[in-house]
Amino acid sequence: MSGYEEIILDHWRHPRNQGRLPDPTGAAVEANPLCGDVVRMEVKVEEGKVAEVRFSGEGCAISQAAASLLTELVREKPVAEAMAIKDDDLLSSLGGVVKTRLSCAVLPLRALRRALASHASAA
Amino acid sequence: MDDRIRSDFPILRRTVNEHPLVYLDSAATSMKPTAVIEAEAHFYRENYANVRRGLYQLAAEATDLYEGARAKVAAFIGAGKDEIVFTRGTTEALNLAAWALGEVRVISGDEILVTEMEHHANLLPWQETARRKGAHLLASSVASTGEIDLADFKRKLSPRTKVVALVHVSNVLGTVNPIPELADLARRVGALVVIDAAQSVPHMPVDVRELGADLVAFSGHKMLGPTGIGVLWGQRELLSQLPPFVVGGEMVREVWLNWATWDDPPARFEGGTPPIAQAVALGTAVDYLNAIGMDEVRRHGQELTALALDGLLSRPYATVYGPREPGARGALVSFSIDGIHPHDVATLLDQEGIAIRGGHHCAQPLHRRFGIASSCRVSFHVYNTDREIGQFLEALDRVWKALG
Repeated sequence: MSGYEEIILDHWRHPRNQGRLPDPTGAAVEANPLCGDVVRMEVKVEEGKVAEVRFSGEGCAISQAAASLLTELVREKPVAEAMAIKDDDLLSSLGGVVKTRLSCAVLPLRALRRALASHASAA
Repeated sequence: MDDRIRSDFPILRRTVNEHPLVYLDSAATSMKPTAVIEAEAHFYRENYANVRRGLYQLAAEATDLYEGARAKVAAFIGAGKDEIVFTRGTTEALNLAAWALGEVRVISGDEILVTEMEHHANLLPWQETARRKGAHLLASSVASTGEIDLADFKRKLSPRTKVVALVHVSNVLGTVNPIPELADLARRVGALVVIDAAQSVPHMPVDVRELGADLVAFSGHKMLGPTGIGVLWGQRELLSQLPPFVVGGEMVREVWLNWATWDDPPARFEGGTPPIAQAVALGTAVDYLNAIGMDEVRRHGQELTALALDGLLSRPYATVYGPREPGARGALVSFSIDGIHPHDVATLLDQEGIAIRGGHHCAQPLHRRFGIASSCRVSFHVYNTDREIGQFLEALDRVWKALG
């Protein structure tokens, strides 16, 4: 059955960096009450870099796979670079997402941006 | 049903994602037969003018067609012509009912009783009325079978209950509620009964007097008619006691700078230029359904529901919500797939041209009651076939294989 790119299926079946950080420096939750998708992003920023990042939550394959993939994209990256990731960057990293489901895919990115911003405001 | 009916619906000839469209979301909205599409266009081409005020031939023709549609809708549900109020849809009809009954029947400390299985359209207007009037909103429980818990319903009725508002056929569980019995219980405590018939009138014979309700709401677009037109039926005497919800043109007798007198129902509740062409085409949809016969529409809906129920119940990965007996249901089935989000199910089926609903179906409290955030739903109308149910079930197996 076609529909989801292999990369989405792979991240959904084998999520990377899933769980909670013992000592995050920033965290944020984004949810879509319409479908019950919830994504929590936790970051540990050290010397201006995303030293560690984890996601948790529940929801559809697209939101959870996007969260998993996003953690790989930003790990070890400078905060400014992580903040500069655009919706389209994430969507193309996922191999494309059907237009009816774009909001699922970008939910983790919104959580990540807020998590990084919360670190900045705490620092 | 035969292929002739199917060929009356032009949209069913198109493809989606390179597959023939299999449309299984008629509980959200139904497709339109050519007769309805043409009726609306023909009215604009040949008879269009504003209604009720024109002194010229065209306005008289438009008014006759508009009022003729009202008569058709009235006959369709066993009502009198002046008991049919045209609204924008079920939601507006229920808002009108809740606002107007709130004005004349509900005071501080009174109670309004709904059920846990209400669509938001039959919950939020009553929340607002309760808040506005300082009344209490109670909700009758739903049993795990998907039926209203009768003992709880009785327990929550009291002499303080002024309105009981409930759905005829649940848009999620499919349950056909025993309205005559529930309305009788409500009446015994002196409550008025308001019925959300959005999922019943389009799919089965409904006689409003047999329901025993005071107000009944439904939409045109779910019964093969256009969007933007719906109906609030009310007992003649009750309607005449209710104040207008929308004031302005076409609903008054005499207007002075600081006061006005209202027209009689139904005009009193149709302020402003109504959806004239939509009403006319709704009349054509009623003709179309009558030509098939509502008993046959019901029989066909039950046949497809039985097939979908059997198929889903025999698949260990699926959980079905609502009654197990097709005769106890409307033409829809909601379900979940183990470990797969309903939106993923809907997206993957869409890749094969199969349109189903995934979400909370505007019934969040009901989903919470069953411990889920959302569900999948297939729903049917006269144009759906046994073969489409089979295609859906086979595609569902592929979804399970891909993500399960």
